[in-house]
Amino acid sequence: MASTRVGDVAAALQLDRVACTFVDKNDPSQRYTAVRDVTLTVGAGEFVSVVGPTGCGKSTLLNVAAGLLAPSTGSVHVFGEALTGINRRAGYMFQSESLMPWRTAAQNVMAGLEFRGASDARAQADEWLKRVGLGGFGDRYPHQLSGGMRKRVSLAQTLVLDPDIILMDEPFSALDIQTRQLMENEVLDLWAAKKKAVLFITHDLDEAIAMSDRVVCLSAGPGSHPIGEFAIDLPRPRDVAEVRATPRFVELHQAIWSVLREEVLKGYRQQLAA
Amino acid sequence: MKYLRLWQGGLLLLIFVLWHVLTKPGLIPPFVFENDQQAAFFFGEPLKILGRIWSWFFINADIYQHLWVTLLETVLAFGIGTVLGLGCGLWLALSPMAAAITDPYIKALNSMPRVILAPIFAVWFGLGIASKVALGVTLVFFIVFFNVYQGVKEVSPVVLANARMLGASQKQLLRHVYLPSATSWVFSSLHTSVGLAFVGAVVGEYLGSSRGVGYLILQAEGSFDINTVMAGILVLTVFALMLDAAVGKLEKRLMKWQPKTGETEKL
Repeated sequence: MASTRVGDVAAALQLDRVACTFVDKNDPSQRYTAVRDVTLTVGAGEFVSVVGPTGCGKSTLLNVAAGLLAPSTGSVHVFGEALTGINRRAGYMFQSESLMPWRTAAQNVMAGLEFRGASDARAQADEWLKRVGLGGFGDRYPHQLSGGMRKRVSLAQTLVLDPDIILMDEPFSALDIQTRQLMENEVLDLWAAKKKAVLFITHDLDEAIAMSDRVVCLSAGPGSHPIGEFAIDLPRPRDVAEVRATPRFVELHQAIWSVLREEVLKGYRQQLAA
Repeated sequence: MKYLRLWQGGLLLLIFVLWHVLTKPGLIPPFVFENDQQAAFFFGEPLKILGRIWSWFFINADIYQHLWVTLLETVLAFGIGTVLGLGCGLWLALSPMAAAITDPYIKALNSMPRVILAPIFAVWFGLGIASKVALGVTLVFFIVFFNVYQGVKEVSPVVLANARMLGASQKQLLRHVYLPSATSWVFSSLHTSVGLAFVGAVVGEYLGSSRGVGYLILQAEGSFDINTVMAGILVLTVFALMLDAAVGKLEKRLMKWQPKTGETEKL
């Protein structure tokens, strides 16, 4: 099985029976299997969220999809082609600070274009900064911006390259609730306009349901794997704050939470025992 | 601090006045030495020292050629040592294999007392500028090298992964991630290495030369002329300070992306 085809088009991203085992450098007999048996498909233009208890290897999966980490077993296909090295068709928004502190906001946004040798990098960067609401902040260095602003710069930095797949690793987990909802709506608007494939990692079930087409639940680690998949049939366009109050949202939330709760408790007990 | 410079200047003045009072023959009765000439003999007299400096710069105007030589040696040692240290640091930090092989040698070379090499350099490169520059380079190189090595090793893995995802090639990573990240470490080392470049130049001159401030000091020592020795030390100190300030200025310009605390202004 090289790749599953959705209709006639290859899936944007396909993880097939992926397992990641880490070996302790100082003691090679110590192994840790973060994820195993993960089969996950993101169709072109589909918004898929992965939720799971903390430490269940969500970020590991994303790094595999980005090509930053090679899986121990299993395969990754991007638009039908086997992935080797960095995933060139994907943009990655990291959980922690990823901006280059020695570049201004505008220089950070244009970095990817510059690496590719684009001639109008500055103009495109300025346009994207405006689009994320930071028009006047192009000359600021990251340390002169607030956390929310830095996230916007990161968003612009990722999206200016117009990637076919967008990978997001709890991008808003460090933000306060208001900024977070603003950013979530912004991302949804941008996604609706371009319809890219999105793989969104979060530990926040509300966020996952409000934003996605599909939610995948992971079991607690070690060796975590998908234990449930839910199609989110809420109508679009959505407002992340308003959609939470709809009955269908509550229903979906209960259904997913009933699957997830046991795993969250298991993960919590494991952390306490460690 | 509003009057910071004033306080600093005042402290300097106080030291000179104290020095003057304690060494001027006949001013106060001797309490450590047996007669009042000895303090002046051992520690020099500030007035005579300043007079010496005055005549060096303005009356005889004969220090410029020596100063020029010392300065040239210092700047060359500083420049060559920094570039070599930067290059080797980047190279070894990015190729673990080479780093593993050369590790014991680097450690050995660094722990060797390098001033001992001065006579060998004098034999290899003669008594001119080259031998002093070589000594200075050996001192500067390791400081910069270790700092660059450390700086590259401590590049944030997330920033690095981000740059790779944005499509940076290996060369672009070096230019846009490793190098800027290492510069903050390099600059903290440059302040130390400016001083060491000076040490290399002066020690080299001191051990054998016909020009340079180190040579002037050596000659004065030969005739127990402590005032000239002190004058030479003062001139060298001021020049080291000026070079350090130049590095600081450059640092301020290149490192303006670094966060500084307390950027608010009291209105």
